[in-house]
Amino acid sequence: MFSTTCSGEDEESTSHFHVAVSSVAQSIKVQIINRPYDEIAICFFNTREKKNLQDLSGVYVFNIPEREQLDNLTALFIKEFDRVEETFSTVIGSEFGIVPGSRDNSLYNALWVAQALLRKGSAKTADKRILLLTNEDDPFGNIKGVTKLDMARTTLQRAKDAQDLGVSIELLPLSRPNEEFNVSLFYADLIGLDGDELAQFMPLAGEKFEDMNKQIRKRMFKKRRVRRIIFTITGGLSIELNTYALIRPTIPGTITWLDSVTNLPLRAERSFICADTGSIIQEPPKRFQTYKNEDIKFTPEELSEIKRVSTGNLRLLGFKPLSCLKDYHNLKPSTFVFPSDEEVIGSTCIFIALHRSMIRLKRFAVAFYGSSSRPQLVGLVAQEEVTDGSGQIEPPGMHMIYLPYSDDIRPIEELHSDTSGMMPLASEDQIEKATALVKRVDLRDFSVCQFANPAIQRHYAVIQALALDEDEMPETHDETLPDEEGMSRPGIVKAMEEFKVSVYGENYDEEDEATGHGKGARKRKTEEAVNKAAYYDWSKLADDGKLKDLTVQELKSYLTANKLTVAGKKEVLITRILTHLGK
Amino acid sequence: MARNKEALILLIDVGPSMHSVLPEVQKVCSLLIQKKLVFNKYDEVGIVVFGTKDTNNDLMKEVGGYEHITVLQPIKVVDGDLVDVTHQLPQGTVPGDFMDAIVVGMDMLIKKYQDTIKGKKRICLITNAMYPIKDPYEGTKEDQVYTIAEQMAAHGMKIDCIIYRGHQKQEPHNTTIEENDMLLSIFSKKTKAKAVHVESSTSLLGALRTRNLAPVTTFRGDLELSPTCKIKVWVYKKTSEEKFPTLKKYSDKAPSTDKFATHEIKIDYEYKSIQGPNTVVIPPEQRIKGYRYGPQVIPISSAEFDATKFKPEKGVKLLGFTNASNIMRHYYMKDVNIIIADPGNKKAILAVSALARAMKETNKVGILRCVWRQGQANVVIGVLTPNVSDKDNIADSFYFNVLPFAEDVREFQFPSFSNLPKSIQPNEEQQKAADKLVMMMDLAPAGKEEALRPEFTPNPVLERFYHHLELKSKNPDAAVPPLDSTLKRITEPDPEVISQNKLIIDEFCKNFELKENPKLKKSARRLLRDQKSGSFEGQVGKSKTEDKPTNLVGSTSGVKVETIGDVTAVQDFEAMISRRDSPEWVSKAIFGMKNKIFDLVENSCEGDNYAKALECLVALRKGCVIEQEPKQFNNFLRHIYRFCQEKNLKRFCEFLASKDVTFITKTEAEDSDIAERDARSLFVKGET
Repeated sequence: MFSTTCSGEDEESTSHFHVAVSSVAQSIKVQIINRPYDEIAICFFNTREKKNLQDLSGVYVFNIPEREQLDNLTALFIKEFDRVEETFSTVIGSEFGIVPGSRDNSLYNALWVAQALLRKGSAKTADKRILLLTNEDDPFGNIKGVTKLDMARTTLQRAKDAQDLGVSIELLPLSRPNEEFNVSLFYADLIGLDGDELAQFMPLAGEKFEDMNKQIRKRMFKKRRVRRIIFTITGGLSIELNTYALIRPTIPGTITWLDSVTNLPLRAERSFICADTGSIIQEPPKRFQTYKNEDIKFTPEELSEIKRVSTGNLRLLGFKPLSCLKDYHNLKPSTFVFPSDEEVIGSTCIFIALHRSMIRLKRFAVAFYGSSSRPQLVGLVAQEEVTDGSGQIEPPGMHMIYLPYSDDIRPIEELHSDTSGMMPLASEDQIEKATALVKRVDLRDFSVCQFANPAIQRHYAVIQALALDEDEMPETHDETLPDEEGMSRPGIVKAMEEFKVSVYGENYDEEDEATGHGKGARKRKTEEAVNKAAYYDWSKLADDGKLKDLTVQELKSYLTANKLTVAGKKEVLITRILTHLGK
Repeated sequence: MARNKEALILLIDVGPSMHSVLPEVQKVCSLLIQKKLVFNKYDEVGIVVFGTKDTNNDLMKEVGGYEHITVLQPIKVVDGDLVDVTHQLPQGTVPGDFMDAIVVGMDMLIKKYQDTIKGKKRICLITNAMYPIKDPYEGTKEDQVYTIAEQMAAHGMKIDCIIYRGHQKQEPHNTTIEENDMLLSIFSKKTKAKAVHVESSTSLLGALRTRNLAPVTTFRGDLELSPTCKIKVWVYKKTSEEKFPTLKKYSDKAPSTDKFATHEIKIDYEYKSIQGPNTVVIPPEQRIKGYRYGPQVIPISSAEFDATKFKPEKGVKLLGFTNASNIMRHYYMKDVNIIIADPGNKKAILAVSALARAMKETNKVGILRCVWRQGQANVVIGVLTPNVSDKDNIADSFYFNVLPFAEDVREFQFPSFSNLPKSIQPNEEQQKAADKLVMMMDLAPAGKEEALRPEFTPNPVLERFYHHLELKSKNPDAAVPPLDSTLKRITEPDPEVISQNKLIIDEFCKNFELKENPKLKKSARRLLRDQKSGSFEGQVGKSKTEDKPTNLVGSTSGVKVETIGDVTAVQDFEAMISRRDSPEWVSKAIFGMKNKIFDLVENSCEGDNYAKALECLVALRKGCVIEQEPKQFNNFLRHIYRFCQEKNLKRFCEFLASKDVTFITKTEAEDSDIAERDARSLFVKGET
């Protein structure tokens, strides 16, 4: 569980309020997909009306009926929040911040309410956050003297209390048009910033805001090991590893079947029916394979015994240079392995030593992974840690790459080998032109996962539109299309043109060459068909119902001669002919 | 009739030099025929052996010559007998002539099929090509091979040559072998042929493609470098997992008298409302798909779904090129595609060749966006890597690997190795030992065949399944056959590699110390150890430990140790105490160890056995902690202490005190009655 409280602040400047509300609206729409189990409450402070359990003034907790104040997001909640701006001034209303003469400290109240909301759930299982959106850098600026000091002190104390309870407070400041939001006036103390952090805070906060609006919809996964495995290095030396799925294709979520009349979920029931007698069978005990006209039966135990060619462990077989790992030695996404000292102390040490050696010597380990589903050879490729300013990009560890067996690799290259002996080879000039092209069309900062999956994004957008009753289907942007603007830069066009000329000659006649044969052949075929078809009196055959006596080949000749599709079974062909004859 | 019917002649060299690998040859041939029986029932196969004492073939009868070639089985549709024939290959006595055998094979194919089934005729030659072939009546050997190759091409035959070379390094410049290799390579130039050289019996098993699949293109069309520059390409799968056969579910309901019973089982799905009566089945047209949105499920009809879903246009488009180092190997997501130029289009072949070579030279890779088929649900982004051919008659091509989207990558954070405490980082010695291990346990040594190349590694599970299938067809109660030694080279390290590098491995083991985490619960630890001494471990351990019982450091292998020996007391004890076939072993081991320690202490002269005794005592203590038998150890420690006091062996007590051997305390084992502070009480008392 992960709880967030967004405290939107209402101030005189409506544009700021709009920015804050819309970015909150945006981020909860992302949140419901990314982390559907998170619980969220939204409260405004500096409001005219008050609505909170503590009955503190100036704080309004936004909610819908039949939902706890801090709860999972629902479609209705998001929908209502989307409309909050329309009714805001009448229902909630805004007020100036802390004014002289009043003992009300709305910021203090807001923190109190937020903290009370977050009391739900234990700090151990949940990550509790308060996100504070405000444009007032000096909330107590309007008052002076002892009252100010006192208010500031109690507010800070409240914030500190919250933090002691495991609630983190994050500030998302909105700068006013002509003055920068000055963190050091008050909030630096509240969120506990000093020194360098203070200097970096504003730019980072700006980025955070950007992120909030631009976040992609992506289901988040908690870091969880897939399996604990034993890695046997030599006969008596085994270390402990944890495996993690770092890269797995995302699917659009599980399908729940519903009854379209009642919209209630359905439950699937599977039954086994004997094909011979029609009686219902419990889970059948045996499987069979027809072989030499006999049914050879296998019990489940035998099948699992066949598959058990090794224990469930990972066994080291040896090392090879990385050049032996070819690009086509791949079958499915890799699995990440990281050492663990949980049971066997010393595993990490051995792992690190091997990891360093393998990186230095540019080698990978070959091991046999005896999983129960598909025991197979794997390559363990050591990966060094890669970090940049924002954190870890590649964690240190090894990637387990599943290697194919000989029968999984197909000899396609030889399929079209030239029996006359010589394949045309590119000339020096052509390679040179290609090199120029390759260098030109360069994606310099390409990173593997820079594209969002257009189908998944589309899917999420459609589900959201349906859930929130949005009128139009949103347009999703397909980032995977080639950058046409970039491609039409003169340098690239020139390189492309030169390459084309160098390979294809002045006339880019490839089109004709390729289709020429096809057209000729097709023409010939049609002619043949016309001749053949002319042999029969189709209309008479149709009238006599004799079409079914012809062969499929003969029927097809009519269809080809009349440029109709020739696909389908015999009956379909006859119907098509009859339709064409107008009968 | 099946359209993809294939006719295959197996030409097997059974000459004396092949005897050592004949079992593997039998295995691979029978596997091939078995797979045909399951997947391509109409294929036809003939088997010819050469190098036999006798001669039996049509050509000999018609024109004479062609000696020592026996047609074991004329071409016929695959059946069980063929499998049996492969199991009974005769052992030949004379060196055979493989070229004659090829001619005999060709003759059989031509006589049987003339010009039909073009392109589906295949000859598969398994030989070691060690002996010279006979000189032809006219012209050179080379001319003869060219003539044969041309004939072969004219009749649309393919030939696969598998040349087994064992470990024959003693004669690096054997002219006969060189000449034969040269002659066989003519086939690859002139016809659709493949020649592979294998050195180990394991790769021999993997060298023959046992399942013949007609390759199908996933895409034919343009590779669009830009909207104006396109290359005609074809796309195939390069790798695709051969799955374990899906077995049908068996129903025994049909009466045994029913000869036509299919025994199959149909699976039927019914959808019922979660609420409401249990009997109402919702018809398919009343069902609607729903997806979760937060806690709710949003229904979406298939019409709506189709109308709104993402519909990319078919096409393969280039996004750009990037440095090969930008794409890490572990991002490859799926099985691999190969993109070749349209084989009929010379210009396209040139264009692909130029690009592939340029990419290889500059170390760049391409990024493509692919939609293979119209109506495909999604686009694929992937990396295009060059595959530059080293053969004249094979064109250059590209490999294509699918890359993940942003949604597919999970950004888990892991601790950085350099930030870990010094104590769990390897020291210089350890690093050196690891370097040596990585360097020396080499599967691709220079001058030798790379071991376990995926291209030549058979799938042990499938081999075993088909083996079992064959056994069961003869005897329905046949047990699952054990994994034979050739296949064990895939699942377990090669004993040869291990013995060659024994010193390095021992050094590696010595440098690193592994301990079981004492904080773990007993049950969890037991699990760990049981896994370690699993049956397979045991088998390897056995074969190795029989001659050298001490070479495994801290071995927990399943060698059946029943007493505690003199030299390897600690190892024997550990092996015994971890035996799980009877609960008595724990107490037997402890008892044996106690006696051993007494012996050592008693028979010690000037304390020369003390170190050994201490070692045993420490092992005993560890064993007792693991087995949660604290009293056994504590009482023994008291006992031996008293014993030493009485026998005037006080030096041993001092020795123990100095080495800090203490009682097992309550924190280590629940049953102990010694509190933490009393752990050293024995020695304190002794000293005062």
